[in-house]
Amino acid sequence: MKAAVIVFPASNCDRDVATVLKQVAGAPPRMIWHGDSEIPPGTDLIVLPGGFSYGDYLRCGAMAAQSPVMRAVVAAARAGTAVLGICNGFQILTESGLLPGVLMRNASLKFICRDVTLRVEQTDTPFTNRYGNGGVVTFPVAHHDGNYYADEDTLDRLEGEGLVAFRYSDGAGEVTPEANPNGSRRNVAGILDPGRRILGLMPHPERLADPALGGSDGRAMFEGLLAAVG
Amino acid sequence: MKARITITLKPGVLDPQGKAIEGALAGLGFGGIEGVRQGKYIEIEIDESDPERARSRVDDMCRRLLANTVIEDYAFEIEGADVPGSTGDADPDVAVQMGEGE
Repeated sequence: MKAAVIVFPASNCDRDVATVLKQVAGAPPRMIWHGDSEIPPGTDLIVLPGGFSYGDYLRCGAMAAQSPVMRAVVAAARAGTAVLGICNGFQILTESGLLPGVLMRNASLKFICRDVTLRVEQTDTPFTNRYGNGGVVTFPVAHHDGNYYADEDTLDRLEGEGLVAFRYSDGAGEVTPEANPNGSRRNVAGILDPGRRILGLMPHPERLADPALGGSDGRAMFEGLLAAVG
Repeated sequence: MKARITITLKPGVLDPQGKAIEGALAGLGFGGIEGVRQGKYIEIEIDESDPERARSRVDDMCRRLLANTVIEDYAFEIEGADVPGSTGDADPDVAVQMGEGE
């Protein structure tokens, strides 16, 4: 698997995800600076990592979405390259128009940094093929703006087309208001594009991908990608 | 010319920051507040003498970067437009309102 991790000014999870990718794929990913305008040919997976790109100026992800590298990312995504956006990466995907909706300020107004449980809603994707449908995984969240918002029609379409990949749930997989950490509509934690080659999610699979870190539920996402994209 | 741009959340979009401000104002003893919505205000100096062109450029800026039209509306006025044929009277402002459902 040839992976590329995009590095923006104030990305701060780029090295975490690079560590996991190297462990799983056996080779380190290419690190691509935001000012570059090309993705290396043959790239199988592009990761937009977590962080606070451009200081979250204007809106989270708004500046990064206009950076030179994002034109190349959009072109690669349209050509079928798998794209994984984690946390700030999810915000950048929505600001770029690759995924619908927007991530707003958490309903509590607080920065939330803790482990959450998620129900896996779709397993027929390159990102989730190692998980059981309806299974529950534990990933950490660390965000101030993770409150997923889209209008009712968009939410209905996402659900109708099976494009909600993860929902905040309790440990038994029940999707409840209490299990929703940030006010996201319909407990949405991660969504797919219609081609199921782009995933954006607020929780961080790369931060619980090694038993030494207290859990390894996240590792299966990268193992699934390796199996799916080569 | 100067553009004065106001960006607000669309009606119906929950504004937790506005709610927090509302609560803080109530805590200070300000009664009778029926709602608070928080937005953004941006000023842009533009090298442009034609108000129509200025308006078109600012509208493009709002759509492509300044506002996220999934959740936000924008409105702006253009100030300092030299209107052809005018003789030094105060320049009329050019105001544009963007509503929902574009």
